[in-house]
Amino acid sequence: MMENQNRLEKLFQKKKDHVLNVYCTAGFPRLDSTIDVMKSLEENGADIIELGMPYSDPLADGPVIQASSMRALRNGMTIKKLFAQLKDFRKSISVPVLLMGYMNPVLQFGFEEFCKDAAAVGIDGLIIPDLPIYEFENEYATIIKKYNLDFIFLVTPETEEKRIRRLDSLSSGFLYAVSSSSTTGKDKDFESVKNYLYRLHDLNLKNPILVGFGIKDKASYEDACQYANGAIIGTAYIKSLENSDDVQVSTQNFLKNILN
Amino acid sequence: METYTTPTDQGYYGEFGGAFIPEMLYPNVEELRRKYLYIMSDPSFRDEFVALLNDYVGRPTPLYLAQRLSSEHGVNIYLKREDLCHTGAHKINNTIGQILLAQRLGKKRIIAETGAGQHGVATATVCALMNMECIVYMGKKDIERQAPNVARMKMLGAKVVPALSGSQTLKDATNEAIRDWINNPVDTHYIIGSVVGPHPYPDMVARFQSVISEEIRWQLKEHTGKEFPHYVIACVGGGSNAAGAFYHFLDETKVKLVAVEAAGHGIKTGMSAATTQLGKPGVLHGSKSLVMQTEDGQVVEPHSISAGLDYPGIGPLHANLFKSGRAQFLSATDSEALAAAFDLAKLEGIIPALETAHALAALNQMRFTPGETVVICLSGRGDKDLAAYMKAMDEKV
Ligand SMILES: Cc1ncc(COP(=O)(O)O)c(C=O)c1O
Repeated sequence: MMENQNRLEKLFQKKKDHVLNVYCTAGFPRLDSTIDVMKSLEENGADIIELGMPYSDPLADGPVIQASSMRALRNGMTIKKLFAQLKDFRKSISVPVLLMGYMNPVLQFGFEEFCKDAAAVGIDGLIIPDLPIYEFENEYATIIKKYNLDFIFLVTPETEEKRIRRLDSLSSGFLYAVSSSSTTGKDKDFESVKNYLYRLHDLNLKNPILVGFGIKDKASYEDACQYANGAIIGTAYIKSLENSDDVQVSTQNFLKNILN
Repeated sequence: METYTTPTDQGYYGEFGGAFIPEMLYPNVEELRRKYLYIMSDPSFRDEFVALLNDYVGRPTPLYLAQRLSSEHGVNIYLKREDLCHTGAHKINNTIGQILLAQRLGKKRIIAETGAGQHGVATATVCALMNMECIVYMGKKDIERQAPNVARMKMLGAKVVPALSGSQTLKDATNEAIRDWINNPVDTHYIIGSVVGPHPYPDMVARFQSVISEEIRWQLKEHTGKEFPHYVIACVGGGSNAAGAFYHFLDETKVKLVAVEAAGHGIKTGMSAATTQLGKPGVLHGSKSLVMQTEDGQVVEPHSISAGLDYPGIGPLHANLFKSGRAQFLSATDSEALAAAFDLAKLEGIIPALETAHALAALNQMRFTPGETVVICLSGRGDKDLAAYMKAMDEKV
């Protein structure tokens, strides 16, 4: 087993603000673009890569990410193929990489097998939005720990303080602040999100906070970074790849617009 | 004591159930979990629920001794006439209960999913009754093949929104309804149409439907002097009419329970909806249950001639009945169901829904001891299925 490098922890020790996490769907836009996409994300300034495992029924995702999942599945993507693609990725990519996906395909693969293979190829952590606290603590937390993977919970503006503290204590790496209760890809008025981020900030949580859902350009990225340690971009980036013939060029253009 | 009726506090029936939901849904689902039992046991809720079931839905529905069908099989077959409920199926027992609950939770907006349109019509009906906004998600393909029910929903004032994602049928309509709920976390209640979804839905819907077996017990006693039949048979899509018909017999193990799934073209044809035969443990729509899926864990599109049984999952209560052996699970093919529908029409003058016809078809697969008492849940009437029945008649000629 590859040793856990605590890449997320080290990253946040070095960098306290403007941490940029970019989501991409494995096997999208083409089955074999996964590694190219990841490489160009790192080269063009992404601090963390969140790699989505496509699923037929992605409940928490809006139409754009759903469509990318469907396309990846049509391309023939599976978790098995993904681990094969990721076999040597640590030779060329050094930023933290998280796997994001839904419970059913992971259960079908075998939860422990999954954690074991993920750790072995050099994955740093997991985001599984439909794995809630009760089941996590009851059954899965020990397995995730055993393979030294970080696990990142989501909080929303409707999450009560007591629960935020609980989710924070169960998470490691960072806490994923959904900027408003919504599926991915919804535009939200940032003013309404501010108070919520202030509130999170004032709780002095143990984990850094990244803001996700609704970050689509430089302005919304800068807004989010003012009140949190950084932001997560998904839908807008996926959109930029939809009609791309060259993921490298598209990624470069996309991140240039966000970061410069 | 071991009980099959009631899940744990966290919603588990044996290994199945739970609430596998993203954090965005937590406040809504948690509010329901905290309040549903309290609200449902409130006398004013009980009174209003019972009054509406009696005066609006038309309960109690008859328990009818089907003489000619009985003599065909050498047993006493009683039909529980849920087809005589307002809107033509058992679905409205649940929507009445949930709309009263939604009112007490202060919700203003109702969303629902529907496949064949029966649950959509039952939801649109109670929303009209209670003057609530109603949005029904329906797969684009189902909208095309269930035009009369789409028209009913619209006439009742509901907005029917096509689900364009995935395979554009019931499972995708359910995904869209859940996404709507995520995006409207405060004023909206989601009326799920079967004993599926995250806890507390399976338990809540089972309790609303349990009026079916509550009535069967006293009605059977009036008919025969005994409140327990030898068998109760029901079809299973998500499993709400079966949950209702089984409920008050679940812990009476002398009563044999038979759940009938849709085999479609046949279990092994790849065109089937027999979840217990083809499914594996998995998570779908917020609960752990049996799910029809590929080796890679992608949910597959089932097939059944009956849109109401065309679902790749099954409620966790039923997954537990299957796993524990408490209920026997049979299946009927499209053509067996069609034949059973025509038989019932000719023998008893009752045209059943295609879903229900699967339960009737199971009679031919079972061996009875003469004189046994069998109750079949006649979950719905066949008006909505006339197109399929007309096609079958044309093909016979
Ligand atoms: C008449 C009838 N029976 C049965 C069903 C299947 O649902 P369930 O298994 O929840 O009873 C339906 C669903 O539309 C229905 O309309």
